[in-house]
Amino acid sequence: MIRKYTISIFTENFFGLLNRITIIFTRRRINIESLTVSESEVKGVHRYTLVIKSEEEKVKKLVKQIEKLVDVLKAFYYINEETVFQEIALYKVSTHALKEGRNFERLIRDHHARMLTVESEFVVIEKTGHKEETQELLRQLQPFGVLEFARSGRVAVSKPMKKLSSYLREMEEEQLVTA
Amino acid sequence: MDTLTKTVGAESKMTQTMSGAEAVIQSLLAEDVDTVFGYPGGAIMPIYDALFDYQHFINHVLVRHEQGATHAAQGFARVSGRVGVCFATSGPGATNLITGLADAMIDSNPLVCITGQVASHLLGTDAFQETDVLGVSMAVTKWNCQVTKAEDIPGAIAKAFYIARSGRPGPVLIDITKDAQFGQLDFSYEPCEMIRSYVPRQKLYMDRAKEAAELINNAKKPFLLVGQGVILAQAEQEVLNLVEKADIPFAWTLMGLSAMPTDHELNMGMLGMHGNYAPNIKTNECDVLIAVGMRFDDRVTGDVSKYAKQAKVIHIEIDPAEIDKIIPADVPLVADAKEAVGALNELVLPNKHADWVNSFREAAAIEVEKVITQDLFPQKEGMTMGEVVRSVSQKLNGDGVLVTDVGQHQMAASRYFQFNKTRSNVTSGGLGTMGFALPAALGAKLGCPEREVVAVIGDGGFQMTLQELATIFQTNAAVKILILNNNFLGMVRQWQQLFFEKRYSFTEMVNPDFVKISEAYGIPALKVERRENLDEGIKTMLESEGPFLLEVIVEKEDNVFPMVPTGAAVSDIRLE
Repeated sequence: MIRKYTISIFTENFFGLLNRITIIFTRRRINIESLTVSESEVKGVHRYTLVIKSEEEKVKKLVKQIEKLVDVLKAFYYINEETVFQEIALYKVSTHALKEGRNFERLIRDHHARMLTVESEFVVIEKTGHKEETQELLRQLQPFGVLEFARSGRVAVSKPMKKLSSYLREMEEEQLVTA
Repeated sequence: MDTLTKTVGAESKMTQTMSGAEAVIQSLLAEDVDTVFGYPGGAIMPIYDALFDYQHFINHVLVRHEQGATHAAQGFARVSGRVGVCFATSGPGATNLITGLADAMIDSNPLVCITGQVASHLLGTDAFQETDVLGVSMAVTKWNCQVTKAEDIPGAIAKAFYIARSGRPGPVLIDITKDAQFGQLDFSYEPCEMIRSYVPRQKLYMDRAKEAAELINNAKKPFLLVGQGVILAQAEQEVLNLVEKADIPFAWTLMGLSAMPTDHELNMGMLGMHGNYAPNIKTNECDVLIAVGMRFDDRVTGDVSKYAKQAKVIHIEIDPAEIDKIIPADVPLVADAKEAVGALNELVLPNKHADWVNSFREAAAIEVEKVITQDLFPQKEGMTMGEVVRSVSQKLNGDGVLVTDVGQHQMAASRYFQFNKTRSNVTSGGLGTMGFALPAALGAKLGCPEREVVAVIGDGGFQMTLQELATIFQTNAAVKILILNNNFLGMVRQWQQLFFEKRYSFTEMVNPDFVKISEAYGIPALKVERRENLDEGIKTMLESEGPFLLEVIVEKEDNVFPMVPTGAAVSDIRLE
């Protein structure tokens, strides 16, 4: 069954690694729908969050190939229900829209969005949520004239409680046993 | 600087101020490197200048093309079990390494390639001979890195050697900018013993080993497959102990060739597309399939949906990514083959499977009748590749190292060369790189100078890297070169005959005079065109002290059989 998977990859912070990771997807013709990179809770460990559409069989093999990379500490895959995730979207709308009065304000409020800045020519609205939600706000803002729209990649934390640090400890023990 | 005053190995923790270039050489010495295959050029000149003072400690082999350096390093690594080392300059020097890196990657050969790079301030400016070597080599290396500071050189090299040889071995590339080579550092060398993100081998789960042993103990028709992992893990004796104790017939993959003696009574031959009849059909009859250190290449499995469906599969493999990649394992053992098979030996009970073993011999007899007799004792005028290879093999008493290129001759040689010692087969298995054999044979000879090394090469592949005859001449490495000449790209021609209605599209070759070419390079040579001269020719080749080239004209349109056609099940192997 083809569905969305979130792939979380924990790595050393070396340059070139992003390339090494993405060519694994390219080689298997898997399109990356979104990608974010940030620090993780462990100092010096970086976290990649990728979203792809694929089948579990393929994703399993893909994650093994990623984990095989020397500078990758751990890689996991999740279906949506196994993570808590968010995306952020920014909408730049002409200030004229404000003059539409109640409709516009109501729209912002109903969507739990907020106004980040009001300039003489434009306003910037921020909304966090799942893609469907930020997409819906975009649709409803279109009549007001959307000058620019940008949506971030997914950020996600997993529901299982095992901590990255305990995985790292296990890896270290494994290396000591087999050294 | 006086060569005699150089300290070598730098084992003490005392630091010494030197250039990055000299630190490269010192680091290699600390890793016990005594042979480097390479080619100089602008961006690696500081390293070559440093090497000039260390010629007595490092034998630098000047190849004639960087691809030759990689294949030579592969041959060296495969026979010796050591890490092969290459030098190349930036730009074209580095890009010429790519085929060899890809070959080493898919065949798990430990290589460390050091490339020079333009000075760091020129990176990204399209400077002369600048290429994004990290980017270009990323897909074909186990790991790579770029060094722009002299002080980072020893650490990078230590890491490179550790990664190249540990776990599932593979090629590693270090790109060193010219300013890093010129820069000064306080040198000290610490071998790398651990990288926190990298677990080269996992600990063996004894519960799993017990499950595997139980399957084997209850098996009526067990069958064991020997891959290159057996050789890499030095698990040859453990595997022999296991198959003898439990009376398990075994077969080897192309890369597993020579792990055990050819004439071992349980050795049923080679798997795969042009492997032997019995092991292919028995794959689909066995009840427990024990795969050791192999990855179920498509040339081994044929149609995976019809591969060993009736069997429980035990997969012993050091690389976790290989488990369930092609053939699902009922009992996966992610471990070093030596450790895993050693543990199984403790748990497996002595057993006998006389009828089952005998059924292999019955199947083998069919192959002897339909294929092997014609290959080895042909009634026709033209010589077969099989009879030539077998004749060489017999004169070596199974002690020679076989190096093969890619194509029909490779399959004939793999089928008919006989082995007595492990690490005696060097071939391009996964990538199928034509042009591999000649440089690989040079490297193999330098990796085991006391052994006879015979390169069996087709007329097509030979012409892809024949410039390395010059390297062989210059080093006087006593490589025996056997060209099996059918004036065709024989394997492609065979496929055209069988699957493309004999439309021989661009496979016939008009060849140069190979004897003259060889002699022009200073290597004595001989051409044999008739069977009655074959023995004499082979003797002349093997008895010559230095390198020698023997060209044998073989039947123009012979085919390699048996054959599992692409997309067919292994049990549908064709004998004619």
